Amino acid sequence: MIPVVHNPVPASAEIFLALAAMALLMVGAFWKRGAQARVASVLALSILAVAGVVLIGVTPPRNVIFHGQFIADHFALFMKLLILIGSGLTLLMSLDYIEREGMARFEYPVLVLFATLGMMMMVSANDLIALYIGIELQSLSLYVVAAFKRDEVRSTEAGLKYFVLGALSSGMLLYGASLVYGFAGSTNFAVLAKLLAQGAPGSTSVGLIVGVVFVMAGLAFKVSAVPFHMWTPDVYEGAPTPVTAFFAVAPKIAAISLFTRVMMGPFGPLVMEWRQIVVAVAIASMILGALAAINQTNIKRLMAYSSIGHVGYALVGLAAANPSGVRGILIYMATYLFMNLGTFACILSMKRQGKMVETIADLAGLARSQSKVAYALAIFMLSMIGLPPFAGFFGKLFVFLAAIEAGLYALAVIGMLTSVVGAYYYIRIVKIMFMEEPASPFDRPQGQVAAVMGLSAIVTLLFFVFCWPLFYAAEAAAKVLIGS
Amino acid sequence: MSGFPILTVTTFLPLVGALFILVQRGDEETVARVSRYAALWASLATFALSLVIWIGFDPASAKFQFVEKAQWIKGYDINYYMGVDGISLFFVLLSTLLTPLCILASWESIRTRVREYMVAFLALETLMVGTFCALDLFVFYIFFESVLIPMFLIIGVWGGPRRVYSAFKFFLYTLLGSVLMLLAILAIYRAVGNADIPAAMAHQFPKSMQTWLWLAFFASFAVKLPMWPVHTWLPDAHVEAPTAGSVILAGVLLKMGGYGFLRFSLPMLPDASVYFTPLIYGLSIVAVIYTSLVALAQDDMKKLVAYSSVAHMGFVTIGTFTLTMQGIQGAIFQMLSHGVVSAALFLCVGVVYDRMHTREIARYGGLVERMPKYAFTFMVFMLASVGLPGTSGFVGEVLVLFGAFQVNTWVCALAATSMVLGAAYMLVVYRRVVFGKIERADLRSILDMNLREVAVFAPLIALVFLMGVFPNVFLKPTEPAVAELIRNFNAQRTAATDVQGDVKR
Repeated sequence: MIPVVHNPVPASAEIFLALAAMALLMVGAFWKRGAQARVASVLALSILAVAGVVLIGVTPPRNVIFHGQFIADHFALFMKLLILIGSGLTLLMSLDYIEREGMARFEYPVLVLFATLGMMMMVSANDLIALYIGIELQSLSLYVVAAFKRDEVRSTEAGLKYFVLGALSSGMLLYGASLVYGFAGSTNFAVLAKLLAQGAPGSTSVGLIVGVVFVMAGLAFKVSAVPFHMWTPDVYEGAPTPVTAFFAVAPKIAAISLFTRVMMGPFGPLVMEWRQIVVAVAIASMILGALAAINQTNIKRLMAYSSIGHVGYALVGLAAANPSGVRGILIYMATYLFMNLGTFACILSMKRQGKMVETIADLAGLARSQSKVAYALAIFMLSMIGLPPFAGFFGKLFVFLAAIEAGLYALAVIGMLTSVVGAYYYIRIVKIMFMEEPASPFDRPQGQVAAVMGLSAIVTLLFFVFCWPLFYAAEAAAKVLIGS
Repeated sequence: MSGFPILTVTTFLPLVGALFILVQRGDEETVARVSRYAALWASLATFALSLVIWIGFDPASAKFQFVEKAQWIKGYDINYYMGVDGISLFFVLLSTLLTPLCILASWESIRTRVREYMVAFLALETLMVGTFCALDLFVFYIFFESVLIPMFLIIGVWGGPRRVYSAFKFFLYTLLGSVLMLLAILAIYRAVGNADIPAAMAHQFPKSMQTWLWLAFFASFAVKLPMWPVHTWLPDAHVEAPTAGSVILAGVLLKMGGYGFLRFSLPMLPDASVYFTPLIYGLSIVAVIYTSLVALAQDDMKKLVAYSSVAHMGFVTIGTFTLTMQGIQGAIFQMLSHGVVSAALFLCVGVVYDRMHTREIARYGGLVERMPKYAFTFMVFMLASVGLPGTSGFVGEVLVLFGAFQVNTWVCALAATSMVLGAAYMLVVYRRVVFGKIERADLRSILDMNLREVAVFAPLIALVFLMGVFPNVFLKPTEPAVAELIRNFNAQRTAATDVQGDVKR
């Protein structure tokens, strides 16, 4: 039995983040004009750092608080740390960008903080209500951030699209949740898991299955898995680049962990029912991610399709529905985080005379004009293919190991083949950078962007040296989740 | 020797050289010069170390020697595990021998981005040596697969006019094969419980699983080797790659496929190997005959050598799957011989290409008048490629034919046609390039090989004759390992038949 604790200590990080974000909002609102965006960003960064430290300090191995609404365990800790790193580093990368592009308002870091809080709530949700609240807090903040460059048509369009489709998916999720509640009689994950485990196989009511499918559809929307991916390319392209970087990492990680927790926890006993859906969604995402990216000319759009593909690979781990599958997802998301942060740091350095460019052709000959960026981006691209010795290889390795253990051989073979198709567009970028004549050079990358790029490149390149502690942590986190 | 991690040092010494080159600062000319010398010395030191391995190697033992094992991924039984046996020893030496020669051969022909070029070659050397030394499935895969990256860049950046197309083709073809192999490795890892290659060799896999695993490995090694009909990336890659790239590609990278069959397919999956032997024979014979004919029709010298490589590799697969002592020994010897001879032939093409910037056979003729040293060198390797007795090519081919004759006379007879066809295309190209009268004006001023080029070819010529006249130098150390392989193979086969017999009863 999970120990039920009646004190809020395991949620201290979230509570601190909420209070600090609100305080920052107040400070920002009553502050005289000046260099407030930068100060607010730096404050927000320190808040995130403190939240991370608090999180490590207070997270118990496994505790449920707030009457079963909130769960704190090692799985949540792992994912929350990834989210905090993702949010923090994207915020760091946007420091200069927001000033240069006229987005320097203190609301930006505040919204990022609120979105992060929402994600942490998602990861720790132990009840369909808590899940919904977490998702909405995250989504509402993200809609605004997507449209933050409010004078630009593309950005506002991205925000609006994201909002309309996101609201639709939230509606589906809520509808599914209400069906589950109606047919099972509870919204609590632990209770649901117990109830569903009692029923004989095949005795589950159709209504409940429909509810589960709707919940899955809503979650598939949030992770942008095919066939609910349509918003992704437009939002990625339209949103300001640091915001896109943020979208690509933190919310993805949060949504994937939520997806994992919901499917493995309350709906775990129904695995035979939902596995086929996850398999189909994973295959469709991998194929679309591999094929649709081939013709893209805009690198942000390409990254959108690439992220759809990556979600497909992560879902392979979920389809395995075993401890190694969960471990695979955790490792995959950790490698995904750094590959994407690094890639977006490279995209943020695609700047000529202070003007951002974002077509792939602009990268021509980068190996000679700005070689450090070119080498870093090449590492990220090769890592995304899953080529050893880079980090991405280990992510794929563990996900496919889980698929093999679960006997999903066809899925594994399809996944591997799509990764070869996908390799084409990743190495095309390497080719453009290394094998074409240089275009006019980019500006030198600035401090923070260069720092994030370098850090991510080192993590991605030398992952194989220090990967085992991460595997340990992932193993422990996976055990906790499956143990329910 | 115990205690000193000689394999690790040999493997990573080139990488240290690469790092040294990367931190050089200064104007381009200085960096280029320093890079060349640093790369040469690093690779020569590596070669010297690998000779130490050879000297210290106990040729009477079938065991893995110089074994190093260190925990890598704790809790998963994935270790950094290195070691060489008779089968891998000479591939390591081949890699370390060819790399300094390649660097020497690129001394003047590579003028752009020299630093990156040298770094790529040294990284490639590390990965090649690592592939042959790895005794852990994942360590092997990481080395094996990472080879793609520097080779992709070498073809794509320093290659000929269609380099990008060829680089992509090379990359995607090989990647497609090896991702399937990764799945097989994962399945083996799961079935055995750890990632040790020796443990996997001793493990008895169920028959149905063997079939799938074998096909997955086959996908990777057949592309790498390459076997007909998945060989089409090879001529493209060879034609467009810079000379040294072709040398490494033909000399070492192709051998990874043959090595893979010997290290994985045969010892781990004996039943499936027997089951698929007719397939291998069929494809190999087509490769031997068809690609020899294709080679006969080429106008481009590099393409001709590339197709001849496919034919020679057909011999290797036939020999490997005869599962006789002579066949497998012959296959290994053929790979080593081909590693030296085809590498040298590509270097020969490179010598005239550097001067005339064309590989078209028709553009040459009468070179013997101006380039006697070159004519002699070319002739040695041409005859070795044909398999003239006294040269290295003869020993491998004859052993393979001996092995094949014991198993299937038809296979032997058909494979033997390649001796004739090989002689046909090689002699034709030699006559057209070297003999005859000089008819083109620009050939009248062509210069013979300089000292650097002689230095590149001298060790290879010596090696061709050494291998041809004293083949036992190379055959003896491999013998125990091959005998052990065959013994283990038959033992597992018998065990499998017994189990089946029990089931039937």
